[in-house]
Amino acid sequence: MSATPAPEGTPRAVPWEELVTVALLGTDRRTPSWLPPGREAAPRALLDLAAVETVRRRAGLLPAPAGARPEPAAPDPRPVLPAAAARRLTMLLSERPGSGDGRRGSAPDLMELLPQWLSLACERGFAPPPEALPALLDAARGRTDLRPAALAFAGPRARWLARLNPNWRFVLRATPGGGSGPPPKEPEHGGRLWQEGLFAERVALLTALRARQPHAARDLLASTWATERAEDRLMFLDSLRTGLDPADEPFLEQALLDRSRTVRATAAELLSTLPGSALAGRMAARAAACVAVDRTRREPTIVVEAPHECDPGMERDGVVPKPPAGRGERSWWFGQLVEAAPLGSWTARLGGRTPQEITALPVADDWRCELHRAWCRAAVRQRDTDWSRALLGAPSAPEAGGPGAVSLAERARLLSALPPAERAGWVAGFVSAHGLSEAFQLLGVCEVPWAAPLGRAVVDALNIARDAGSYPWSFSGVMGLAERCLDPAQASHLDMLAAIPDEPEDASPGAGGYWAEAFQRLTTTLRLRATMREELGMP
Amino acid sequence: MTQQGVRWTTDQVLALAPDAASRAAGGTLGAAGPWSQAGSSDEGTVWGLCEGRESRPFRTVVDVTDASDPAYRCSCGSRTVPCRHALGLLLLWAGGRGAVPRGRAPGWAERWIEERRGSARAERAGAGSAAAASAGPEAARRRAERRAARITAGVSELEQRLADLLRGGLATAEPEGRGLWEETAARMVDAQAPGLAARVRELGALPASEPGRPVRLLEECALLHLLDQGWLRRERLPDGPAATVRSRIGLPNSADGPPVRDRWLVLAQYDTSDGRLTTRRIWLHGTRSDRIVLLLSYGAAGRAPDLTLPVGLAFEAEVSAYPGSGQPRAALGERFTSPAPEEARPPGMSTAQATARYGEALRSDPWLESFPVTLGRVVPTPVENSWQLAESDGDTALPLTPSAVARPGLWRLVALSGGAPVTVFGECGHHGFTPLVAWPEGAGEAVPLC
Repeated sequence: MSATPAPEGTPRAVPWEELVTVALLGTDRRTPSWLPPGREAAPRALLDLAAVETVRRRAGLLPAPAGARPEPAAPDPRPVLPAAAARRLTMLLSERPGSGDGRRGSAPDLMELLPQWLSLACERGFAPPPEALPALLDAARGRTDLRPAALAFAGPRARWLARLNPNWRFVLRATPGGGSGPPPKEPEHGGRLWQEGLFAERVALLTALRARQPHAARDLLASTWATERAEDRLMFLDSLRTGLDPADEPFLEQALLDRSRTVRATAAELLSTLPGSALAGRMAARAAACVAVDRTRREPTIVVEAPHECDPGMERDGVVPKPPAGRGERSWWFGQLVEAAPLGSWTARLGGRTPQEITALPVADDWRCELHRAWCRAAVRQRDTDWSRALLGAPSAPEAGGPGAVSLAERARLLSALPPAERAGWVAGFVSAHGLSEAFQLLGVCEVPWAAPLGRAVVDALNIARDAGSYPWSFSGVMGLAERCLDPAQASHLDMLAAIPDEPEDASPGAGGYWAEAFQRLTTTLRLRATMREELGMP
Repeated sequence: MTQQGVRWTTDQVLALAPDAASRAAGGTLGAAGPWSQAGSSDEGTVWGLCEGRESRPFRTVVDVTDASDPAYRCSCGSRTVPCRHALGLLLLWAGGRGAVPRGRAPGWAERWIEERRGSARAERAGAGSAAAASAGPEAARRRAERRAARITAGVSELEQRLADLLRGGLATAEPEGRGLWEETAARMVDAQAPGLAARVRELGALPASEPGRPVRLLEECALLHLLDQGWLRRERLPDGPAATVRSRIGLPNSADGPPVRDRWLVLAQYDTSDGRLTTRRIWLHGTRSDRIVLLLSYGAAGRAPDLTLPVGLAFEAEVSAYPGSGQPRAALGERFTSPAPEEARPPGMSTAQATARYGEALRSDPWLESFPVTLGRVVPTPVENSWQLAESDGDTALPLTPSAVARPGLWRLVALSGGAPVTVFGECGHHGFTPLVAWPEGAGEAVPLC
């Protein structure tokens, strides 16, 4: 604000600047003519004048000239969140991580419910109340796992806001076109952004284009490929995973000759997921040469003859010649060949057997682990449901829960290839047979909310663990998952468990109370999730 | 006289504190922790033992028989009356929660009370039965005179200090710095002028790095001088300004304005805290009278202030103004309805009208830092490292205060606006505008910004 000149007709006042100067120097050093002389009178008169002038300056304040007003935000066509849901969002966002006292007691962990709330709100197509955006963006800034859902929900005004606040710049990076609206349509603009844009903008542009027009994206990438830096080439190449098809093969074949080893490896990996590609064919031939069925034994047995050298052809096709420390060269090369070979080729190679039959065959000379693991990686890479099912085996098999040919982490990846219901059924079988201590990773890949059989299996297993006298925090990981993933409709089945039981003599001291508390929190959280759904107008 | 044995409110207790520092100190003691054997009697005595750094706990006893003239006794020997222990004890008592149960006073408390009442009786008897009736008001008048004399002495001392400062020049005032101002503030506490003490302390706390520091120093010194002069000439001032001076000096007063009934819309509620004492400010808008008033409520020792009024709701109630012309402060009287959602908003004004309102308010209270106003159709607009509220239909704007720019509420305001005009209520002053609540252009609820 700026001070106005004194209105006409008032006695001329001493200019404020002059008062300040004298006040700074002191009346002993300077006594101007407008001050009365005297050690006592001068400073008091100066204060009198300054008091009048201070009040006059404040009373005379005028508004400042307006700056350039910001462009209005793009309208958000979505309906605004119902009031109850908006209040819930504010509550979920006001929970700060680490604000608790460590022990959670029976109160739900709101921060953990935020991802679910966001995905429900996105599903329902609601727009957030604008005033909730700052807290939403702050939450997304702190938790990268929240970002995709948070930004999808946040909508156009979040991009508008992000241009005004550097703390939220990640929003612009995460959105194609730098937040200046929808992704550029005309090739001219896209071309210029591709030529001149920042790396993040170029990745965003390529990713967005690949999702809509896969071939155009590949052509755009090919146009500047030779001049890109190696780490950029790797990121760009990665974007081709989306919508990969046989037409990409020539480009990828060319990338197999790249100067960078990681770029070559990625190109080879992409080609190997195209079962009809020449590379897949070459790898199939190499792998087939190493694996055979020995019919001379008492029962048909797979025998493995790992490659004796990594020839330049293999290397060109992405086989990494040098094994990591502690691994033999030959098994290292062998694993890579089997991983990159199309799984469909094995049936013909191994006597017309189905994947089930093949994985059931004994394997000679301790090669079983190596071979099954390589098939696992291939099944994950090629998203092959039959092979995934065969490699997973029966959930109740003793080796499913302990050290088997395929680790739990690999099983979790294999599960992702199965249809959701089958996946949940397999994990339910696993939990019933082996309990919860190994199940955490597997539960993590199941669809939320958990299917009824899976939910029942988990609750039963928790109940068994309680009866066995252990403490609930040994299962805190599964408990936390259950809070987020159990179907809220099951809350009523849990009420019985939330009561504090009589402690059996052999139980751990106080465990009953802690279990009751844990189950109370579980039911409270489930009820809260049910309420969340209702507030968002979901059945 | 209050009814004997009736507990006071926290507000009532805090009003006894001579200054903010003892209010805060009392606040820390207003929790059960340090107290033992606390109790209160139906005859109006409150007592307790307070653990201190000394080996023996302090014995504190307060006579609350007469709410207008409580008496204190504490073994801490502080010259501040009431001392922090007495305040803490009363806060504990006022808070309820059973920390100060009803009971019989222990011997030491009983003896002091007896002694005090005995001498009061003797005084009355000595003054004769004819004077007995007027002894109360007469005693009160003498106390007020004594306090006024102390304030006058303090004010004169402060005037001397300001004159010395201006004689030597503000530029040379730096090295002595804070210590001298702190000491001066302490002397204003002794002089029972807590308002002056607070202003002096703020003056000492002006950061050396603040841009325009000489100007701020001169302004603050000049306004202190103005307050001193106002006090020294209070007899010659009209009633309104005289009351303003008295309240700025820090003399206790009570809301004695006539009760005004209206439908009050809660515009804003926000707390400030010095770590121990929480001050809650609640702005209300009379939807029929278009009047804006401020309610204050205090909370001690980590307790929330008693009064909570959610923003955006309105209720039918009476409020009474505090004395002093142009003071927005009021006390909440009888409430006739419970708060309910309210569609009505305060009417918005232009930026020029807002600054004019502040200017006019300065006429009756030149020490006013800001004045409550509602701006209509303004757009939050970024300007070099700061923000302003620019008129949507004009070329003028009010800059936001630096503290408002630093608060998260700024971004709620910006997000709410999205570049479109909004209605904003806040405090407009010489530092700029502090937004407290905003409404979107169309329909929509009030969005609190503080």
